[in-house]
Amino acid sequence: MKKAQQKDNPEGELEKLGKDIVSQIKAMKNPEITIPVRALSNVEFNKKTKTLQLGNKEGKRSFFNVGHTKKFLQTVEVASISKNLLNEGKHASLRDVFYMAKRTIPGTKVNVVDEQVESDAVVEDLELISDLSREQLNINANKNGSVAGRVVIEDKGDTIDWSKLGSGGWSVPSNVEDITFKKVNAKYVLYMEKAAVWENLHEHKFWDQHNCIILSSQGQTTRGIRRLLQRLYQEHNLPIYVLADYDCYGFYIYSVIKFGSINLAHISEKMAIPGVKFLGITSNDIEKYDLKKHFIKLQEHDLKRLKQISEYTWFKDNKHWQTEFKRMKEYGSKAEIQALSSRGISFMNNVYLPEKIKNKDFLD
Amino acid sequence: MPAEKQITAEELAKGQREISISEFFVKNKHLLGFDNPRKALLTTIKEAVDNSLDACEEARIVPEILVEIKTISEDRFKVIVEDNGPGIVKEQIPNIFAKLLYGSKFHRLRCSRGQQGIGISASSMYGQLTTGKPSIIRSKANPKKKAHYFELNIDTKSNQPKILKDEEIDWPEKKTGTRVEIELAAKYQKGNQSVDQYLKQTAIVNPHLSLVYINPEGVKTDFPRATTELPKEPKEIKPHPYGVELGILIKMLHDTKSKTLHHFLQNDFCRVSAKVAKEICDKALLDSSARPERIATHEAENLYKAINQTKIMAPPTNCVTPIGEELIVKGLKKEVDAEFYTAVTRSPSVYRGNPFIVEAGLAYGGSLPSDELVKVYRFANRVPLLYQLSACATTKSIATTSWRNYGLSQSKGALPAGPVVILVHIASVWVPFTSESKEAIAHYPEIIKEIKLALQEVGRKLGSHIRKNVKAKQQKERANLFEKYIPEVSSSLSKLSGEKKYIIQECLEKKLKKELPILLGDINKKDEKGTTKG
Repeated sequence: MKKAQQKDNPEGELEKLGKDIVSQIKAMKNPEITIPVRALSNVEFNKKTKTLQLGNKEGKRSFFNVGHTKKFLQTVEVASISKNLLNEGKHASLRDVFYMAKRTIPGTKVNVVDEQVESDAVVEDLELISDLSREQLNINANKNGSVAGRVVIEDKGDTIDWSKLGSGGWSVPSNVEDITFKKVNAKYVLYMEKAAVWENLHEHKFWDQHNCIILSSQGQTTRGIRRLLQRLYQEHNLPIYVLADYDCYGFYIYSVIKFGSINLAHISEKMAIPGVKFLGITSNDIEKYDLKKHFIKLQEHDLKRLKQISEYTWFKDNKHWQTEFKRMKEYGSKAEIQALSSRGISFMNNVYLPEKIKNKDFLD
Repeated sequence: MPAEKQITAEELAKGQREISISEFFVKNKHLLGFDNPRKALLTTIKEAVDNSLDACEEARIVPEILVEIKTISEDRFKVIVEDNGPGIVKEQIPNIFAKLLYGSKFHRLRCSRGQQGIGISASSMYGQLTTGKPSIIRSKANPKKKAHYFELNIDTKSNQPKILKDEEIDWPEKKTGTRVEIELAAKYQKGNQSVDQYLKQTAIVNPHLSLVYINPEGVKTDFPRATTELPKEPKEIKPHPYGVELGILIKMLHDTKSKTLHHFLQNDFCRVSAKVAKEICDKALLDSSARPERIATHEAENLYKAINQTKIMAPPTNCVTPIGEELIVKGLKKEVDAEFYTAVTRSPSVYRGNPFIVEAGLAYGGSLPSDELVKVYRFANRVPLLYQLSACATTKSIATTSWRNYGLSQSKGALPAGPVVILVHIASVWVPFTSESKEAIAHYPEIIKEIKLALQEVGRKLGSHIRKNVKAKQQKERANLFEKYIPEVSSSLSKLSGEKKYIIQECLEKKLKKELPILLGDINKKDEKGTTKG
């Protein structure tokens, strides 16, 4: 995505894409669109930058191919929707794009798109095809996630103080490119997988007591949040700690923030934060804080996922993580962050987090 | 109250007398396949045709058979069956056609159509009882000599042939052969259990047979042969000890020519070595040098138990002659109009000491109706079984095979539905039927297992054919979708590129016209490849 920032005429880019396809059609060729393959097979781990990067494998999507026809239509349709948005200076959410594209093709029972996942995937494809980011295409993700801390920012002319936003905190928009940090007073950023844990910490004003920023999303980390974390890391040199469940999905959340995701490998550079640390829950925590009695048995799919993750190139040569995976397999069990609450509701705030951070007890 | 009058044994004895064979026949005609006039017609033709086929094959003659049904009156028909078989020697003709329970097949174990020797004479008797007319037989056994002409009745009391006419006649158009004419009360009706159906199925599993059939309406149907290759001559085998029941064992002990028990076991059975014979005698606590006819009933019982406790090698299986996969497919292709044919011949297997082979064939698609249950063609030693479908082991095997895996719809425990003919053939030296009328195969687990394995094998082939078909059809449908997609893509592209929609659309449509035959051609090629593979 090096070029992405330089492209200041996204609308023109899309029109160029359209004109290229039309000229193929006029030349009586089978029109096709070239797209880099988005799959584990085409993702490489760059040991230098420590990020996931898209390989050189390319796929072709052509119209006169029974297997491609529908995808081809979806791609040009979403491209034209985006072009229209840019033209009118409006933004649409992924959900909006889905409804804008959805219609039944006359004379058939086929819909251009049936589920939002289809149009979402096409938007990601379009980013790769046009070399424009989703934000540049004027398409937004749903906002998701909250942040609190001693930080003041400016967003669209409004000054916002993250320490004075009541119980909800500031909700992170899908696009954080245009905000400016006015004042940042924190020693680190604590990112957690669970909104419930964030609410608990916020209620105790953990960020105030320990001079940090607390940030969460529900489940997988959205692009807006990943970008926000990266900006805090790069622009303000704040260490980032991840607090996630003791399970494969928790590990993967950390992996995505640190190295980039397989699905969005093309924007890793813009998103990955190689310096991020995994705070917990670790197997050491399980032993040290006696959490075994709150174990949940691993299911078939957990074991499969565990095997997959342990074979990822970026974890393969990491002794600490391999030990971690091995121990989880030996336990045959996983545990949630909230298991800490068994030691008392304030245990996490007053004991666990301060101890871990003071001792720099992280996994890297 | 006066005492009831006692009946003495002498008085009872007055009412007791020998039952004549004809009386037995009339009371038990359902056992022999003469339950009703419609079935009587079928049974008569079936017995005559089975005999002709067996005779031709034994004499290694490629069979040519004529079957004709002439209407005499509304409920009376004359059945004529003529073959090019070896003919019958003069002395045997009356016995074969006019004496019940006379024949060569009852006493031996080999793969043949008829088994009890009751068939054709029973038809003669049925004709005689219902019309009073004699059976007319002509037969030529030597091309250089004249043919014999007989008119025969059965003496229903003594079960002896009554010869009404015995002449020598010229029969120049035949080198050798036999012609039977029987007049009987009957009913002609088409459908699943008709003569027409029987002959059609016979033609399928006897691809070496050339058959001409003239029905009561005078319509002639030709069933040409698909091969001149005769089935391999079946070998006769001695009974296997496991297949013999106690009563038969006692009778065999009595009738044997062997002088010692040891010899009897070794000579009168297959797969009994000297060592095995000794083992059986030891287990039965019998002296191996004892004279067989001196063995008492309770001793025979011990012997019977000992046999079943002794490990004996399975019987030889080369005595069973299958039709063969290739010929089943040929037979089906000849008589069933479908698009896909397949067949499988299993390796020989054994139930109760009797070797048997199961074969299955399948025809799919074409002009077969797709909204009905599958048609089942059942055969035992190449004889079609038309009655008692639901009592048959074949039906049970088909219904308990999961055809949904192979692309047919099926309600639980029922026959599957679809444009399919399923053929199941069981060849054995002794086919186990559920009753004497030989209409359904008994439910031996060994037999059901083999049938199911054969069905699964043809089912898998059917499944892969259907899947290929469905895929090709879907691809064709989707190819036609291009037409529908073009306006949509043109409109999106027009917005994206600024080019006029109709220009894009015209180009794409032109391209489609040029491309579509190639696209469809590709699919068709794949399709063809799939069919020949299957």
